[in-house]
Amino acid sequence: MSKRVVLEASHAVAEAVRMADVDIVAAYPITPQTHIPERLAEMVADGDLDAAYVPVESEHSAMSCVLGSAAVGARSFTTTASQGLVLMHEALYIASSHRYPIVMAICNRALSAPINIWCDHSDVMACRDTGWIQVFCQNNQESFDMTLWAFRVGEDPDVMFPVMVNLDGFILSHVTEPLILPDQDDVSRFIPEYHYRLALDPAKPTSHGCFGLPDIYTEVKYSQELALRKSRSVIDKGWKEFSNIFGREYKAVETYKAEGASTLLVTMGSLGETAKMVIDERRANGEAVGHLNLRLWRPFPFDEFRDAVKDVKTLAVLDRCYSFGGPGGPVASELRSALYNQETRPHVVGFIGGIGGREVDAQAFGYMIDRANEITEKGSDDLYEPLLVRGLESGTGVRG
Amino acid sequence: MAKNQVRPSALPKWQDCEFGNILPYAGGAKEYKTGDWRTDRPIVDASKCIKCGMCWLMCPDACIVQTEGGTYDANLFYCKGCGICAQICPKDAITMVEEGA
Ligand code: SF4
Ligand code: SF4
Repeated sequence: MSKRVVLEASHAVAEAVRMADVDIVAAYPITPQTHIPERLAEMVADGDLDAAYVPVESEHSAMSCVLGSAAVGARSFTTTASQGLVLMHEALYIASSHRYPIVMAICNRALSAPINIWCDHSDVMACRDTGWIQVFCQNNQESFDMTLWAFRVGEDPDVMFPVMVNLDGFILSHVTEPLILPDQDDVSRFIPEYHYRLALDPAKPTSHGCFGLPDIYTEVKYSQELALRKSRSVIDKGWKEFSNIFGREYKAVETYKAEGASTLLVTMGSLGETAKMVIDERRANGEAVGHLNLRLWRPFPFDEFRDAVKDVKTLAVLDRCYSFGGPGGPVASELRSALYNQETRPHVVGFIGGIGGREVDAQAFGYMIDRANEITEKGSDDLYEPLLVRGLESGTGVRG
Repeated sequence: MAKNQVRPSALPKWQDCEFGNILPYAGGAKEYKTGDWRTDRPIVDASKCIKCGMCWLMCPDACIVQTEGGTYDANLFYCKGCGICAQICPKDAITMVEEGA
């Protein structure tokens, strides 16, 4: 029987990992992810989860450890945030290149310096091109659901890629919300037993970590790139199966009140909930505005995104990360480049804000809508709009 | 249509790459000829060799082998020509000679 419980997102993720029946958890605690490994360690100690728990000495070791366990075919989980994620960086590429379906929950947090333990998306954006499947969650239920889904999709024989499940540090990780925990039988049905055909085994040797000289590296990387893009069909199939079993629907690109909208707010992660509240208010006032939640970041859902915005005039995009000296935030830049060759396309107005835990409230979203509409109408040479920076008057953008 | 300038080659196409670059067997390095990376080749003067085994110990490619007479020589299928053996040899029994010279 499924049951309604009240949990913070960290504990919801730990529950999902337990129900997915992982074989190994290797993790190093870091704020705001700490409650995930703590809860999993308790579960292992109490005998509620039959898995190896490896209290590694660093995040680099955590990732290296699950690389090893994935190589022998164990269902492997790790979790981190911020500095921990960037410390893992070089090992992240090994996981995706070797096609190890490791699942990692990231409680998104700012990067030093200055040292700051609060939420933004700088950590995962620094790992954008590591070849992992990357999804974002808006609330605690989604954090639970995406973690289950990550095992289902990552381990599919037609995918075999590691998956990052992004949940906003503190805003989700430490906030308690009601959610539905499904029945174990349903979870076991959703996530079938995992068998890795290339597992390291002295009786049937395989070679992991082979050299790739200039005469083969190009072909190896091209095949990896195509394989990640091909995983899109299973990613969607995974969500379809999920909704068949558990009843909740997810998509790569999710729109809210977007029908007939001329302006869309675009967010990733938990701020989507605030944005939708603002949309409700504006819609009640008769304004043609809606919301777009980008759930899937890698592989990027080009078709769905283009289709969702084809009749829209303005996109007001929130980035919770800088791309220093670049064309604006990473999300706005990518959306712009996804649209550039389209015959008709909305005007993309990028905002950078909500970094290092700075609140983006309803008022800020209201400003984003108005300012983006203003820029679409009057034009602007600015690369992006800084949000809520003291010392700036409203509408002072940044130029190249 | 513009033509992709791929050079003809017997090497694997992208479609033939191993999944995850993982080989379904072990010991692939054994067949891999690293000898053709070499520019200089070690030549051992067995008459100077005191069989101390230092070259055998220090060769980073583990390609120095003991001969039947007990002296040492390089397996040129693998030897990358780094010259460490020649440097370490206490009797200057190993000389590096340029390939093709
Ligand atoms: S040159 Fe280098 S690789 Fe070759 S035998 Fe000597 S030490 Fe080994
Ligand atoms: S180091 Fe020189 S002397 Fe010693 S075994 Fe090798 S060749 Fe002979």
